[in-house]
Amino acid sequence: MNRIQKLLQEKKKIFSAYYTAGHPQLEDTLPILEALQEAGTDLVEVGMPFSDPLADGPTIQKSSEEALENGMSIKKLFEQIKEMRKTIDMPIVLMGYFNPVFKYGVEAFVAKCKEVGVDGVILPDLPFDEYKDKYQQLFEDANISNIFLITPQTPDERIKLIDANSNGFIYMVSSAAVTGAKSGLSDQQLTYFNRVNNLGLKTPRIIGFGISNKETFTTACQYASGAIVGSAFVKLLAEKGADKTAINDFVKSIKDTSE
Amino acid sequence: MSDKSKYQVDENGMYGRFGGAFIPEMLQPNIDNLKKVYLDIINSEAFQKEYKSLLKDYVGRPSPLYLAKRLSAKYNTNVYLKREDLNHTGAHKVNNTIGQILIAKHMGKERIIAETGAGQHGVATATACALMGLKCVVYMGEVDIKRQAPNVARMKMLGAEVKAAKSGSKTLKDATNEALRDWICNPEDTFYLIGSVVGPHPYPDMVARLQAIISEEIAWQIKEQTDKEYPDYVIACVGGGSNAAGSFYHFLDDERVKLIAVEASGMGVDSGETAATIAMGDLGVIHGSKTYLMQSDDGQITEPYSISAGLDYPGIGPIHAHLHDTKRASIISATDQEALDSALELTQLEGIIPALESSHALAALGKMKFKPDDAVVITISGRGDKDMETYMNRFGF
Ligand SMILES: Cc1ncc(COP(=O)(O)O)c(C=O)c1O
Repeated sequence: MNRIQKLLQEKKKIFSAYYTAGHPQLEDTLPILEALQEAGTDLVEVGMPFSDPLADGPTIQKSSEEALENGMSIKKLFEQIKEMRKTIDMPIVLMGYFNPVFKYGVEAFVAKCKEVGVDGVILPDLPFDEYKDKYQQLFEDANISNIFLITPQTPDERIKLIDANSNGFIYMVSSAAVTGAKSGLSDQQLTYFNRVNNLGLKTPRIIGFGISNKETFTTACQYASGAIVGSAFVKLLAEKGADKTAINDFVKSIKDTSE
Repeated sequence: MSDKSKYQVDENGMYGRFGGAFIPEMLQPNIDNLKKVYLDIINSEAFQKEYKSLLKDYVGRPSPLYLAKRLSAKYNTNVYLKREDLNHTGAHKVNNTIGQILIAKHMGKERIIAETGAGQHGVATATACALMGLKCVVYMGEVDIKRQAPNVARMKMLGAEVKAAKSGSKTLKDATNEALRDWICNPEDTFYLIGSVVGPHPYPDMVARLQAIISEEIAWQIKEQTDKEYPDYVIACVGGGSNAAGSFYHFLDDERVKLIAVEASGMGVDSGETAATIAMGDLGVIHGSKTYLMQSDDGQITEPYSISAGLDYPGIGPIHAHLHDTKRASIISATDQEALDSALELTQLEGIIPALESSHALAALGKMKFKPDDAVVITISGRGDKDMETYMNRFGF
């Protein structure tokens, strides 16, 4: 069992945060991770910046651009997190677009993930069939969970197929949208969460996109194992920098501590 | 032609090892939907009737195949120009937009989005939308909006909304990202009208089929005008590669016809200021398609350069990557200067001012050896009106 599977077995109301590696400052990657853990974060998605992030809204686009200007790269990221397991216990997921990983070499990438203690990978533009044909064995042998996305438009049949080939969690995208903080969760979205919950899936779901505050986080947790806060956290980092207190306050303001 | 051709897309959306649909799950339903219907629509009698009639009466097809006598004399061969510059809106782009707008209508879509670099595809899209009374949003890089003011005005006059892409390098690739984001957010009512043989499957195949009218006409025109059964060469410029794909399409399986695609090498292939994707790029994924692209060692997509705005795309259509790999086509390149020289030469020998893009195809004449009895077809993808400012600056008129 990897750290993701263990966490999902043991815990509900998982609080997960996304941020872009190398932003706001190049060397902030590890300090942010440590601050998140100290504040009680359960799981972190570390974004690998890309020049053409076509599923992202303005906030994450901007953080990616700045991270690249700062000199961020996959190689640099692996250097920064090579000893993270000395201090970090949370499951860590790397999230990014396929091209930089393909260029790095998928085999080398997976091997490096295993070496530094990364537990999962999210590559939204790696198609399901391509993953299954070429990479599934590689990921499974390394015990790295490949995390798939589903959306309100994903047909039930496809969701079941994705479920059958997942071993971490399914990233349930809350609406037909790119990343970016929105104000609330609509009835239509709740209907979609219910529909997915009634499919009897084996893989737990975590909801992402549009989760920005306590209210949306708490609602999302009623329909899934947890939720991911992305753009709202990236925005905080852009404003306040990698400030320990600010990160702590942010996490505490959203996380549901009632059991 | 049989659909089983080894140069055509296969049932998985691949051209050999290129192509496919590398898209986030948010786009999957849109793409699946389009994949399901596009062939049936294109092959339907209703579509064919309307498409062909618009190409004839609205676009002005067939476009002439013109034997350029003075140019031929200079290169001691027979140069036939396929005059896509004489189409309505002044380029080949309209063949595709008319076709896709009809597909969108068949699918019941009400809102059209498109990306544009220089604005040529944007204008052709806005034109088709005006014709059909559909809402039109064109994404254009902020940098390009400043560089291409007349085309921005044209699109606006045609009733389109021009939205600035403000991220990344603020040019064509970013406009494409922005259009894809729009499509993610508007999956139900919106049709994404892509301007070249790029993007996720089925776009490269769909656009190639809609541009195939170019080679369909060349095939009968060459028979009508010469005693040959086929041209010896077909030459076209490549940005994404739609005019080249259309010019090659009906000759792909006839290996007697030599296919030449000309990329833009800007200041020179090794100058760092180039758009010669095949010469300089390597394998990767751009805008949902696996193909050659220009990227950094770290897999970040880099900004290409060419004097011609229509050719500075950092990728290349997967069909051309495959034609290159299989050696079915030769992919060569021409610099800014070579294209400029060719533009002036054509203008003064034949009285035709070509687009800068098309001038790259013309530059092949000076780079290759042809026999006196060869029939060499060069596609003039567009006219030069839009490039007059560049010509004025470079030639000092
Ligand atoms: C006149 C002309 N030719 C060629 C191109 C390049 O496109 P493609 O490579 O898809 O034919 C453009 C693109 O804007 C164009 O305007």
